[in-house]
Amino acid sequence: MSYTQVLYPQLRGLLDEGAQLVEVLPAEEYAELHLPGAVNIPLKALDASTAAGLDRSKAVVVYCWDGL
Amino acid sequence: MSPRAACRLATLGFEQVYDYMPSKVDWMARGLPLAGEKAGAPRAIDLARRDVVTCALADRVGALRERVAQSPFGFAFVLTEGGVLLGRLRKAALEDDPDTRAEEVMEPGPSTTRPDTAPDKLLAKLRNADLTTAVLTDPEGVLLGHVRRADLEQALA
Repeated sequence: MSYTQVLYPQLRGLLDEGAQLVEVLPAEEYAELHLPGAVNIPLKALDASTAAGLDRSKAVVVYCWDGL
Repeated sequence: MSPRAACRLATLGFEQVYDYMPSKVDWMARGLPLAGEKAGAPRAIDLARRDVVTCALADRVGALRERVAQSPFGFAFVLTEGGVLLGRLRKAALEDDPDTRAEEVMEPGPSTTRPDTAPDKLLAKLRNADLTTAVLTDPEGVLLGHVRRADLEQALA
């Protein structure tokens, strides 16, 4: 697998170490509710350009509504 | 969606990619802070009481009786060392032989409610079931607190 699935305890550790949080739901859903500190890159818009603002030297954690 | 996003980031050359698989609903189910336009919407966790008496399975009811008598609530929760809710002890159960272990007289597996439940929906549920308390736990069953029907009625008055 090219990425690692994590549950809340691991997420907490990653965030404490400065990981970047990315919500990949549509912008409207992000605007309503999102995890504090998360940026929004909707899955439909995820490409090299929209991901350019992410720091490659730091962990990136993506999430959506329920993992599906 | 998030697994596909994680894969896509990996194809874009990102090397430290994680997928918080349970995602937003899991975060909300833990009663954790949120941001956004609807972040200020009231939740059950906002009215939670956390000063209830708790004990371990092996604790004796004799010692608990005094603690519950001094607390504002007429019951205690039985927890694991990690705070997972196992049972509830009501006052009547504490009248037993003082050497009785909590495990022997507790009500196992109390019903619980998610901490992000809307207060008006929770109040309706408690009224319909004629209950006075809702117990809040996180997805792992760790006790987060309890909400009194009286507090809900006051908040929603």
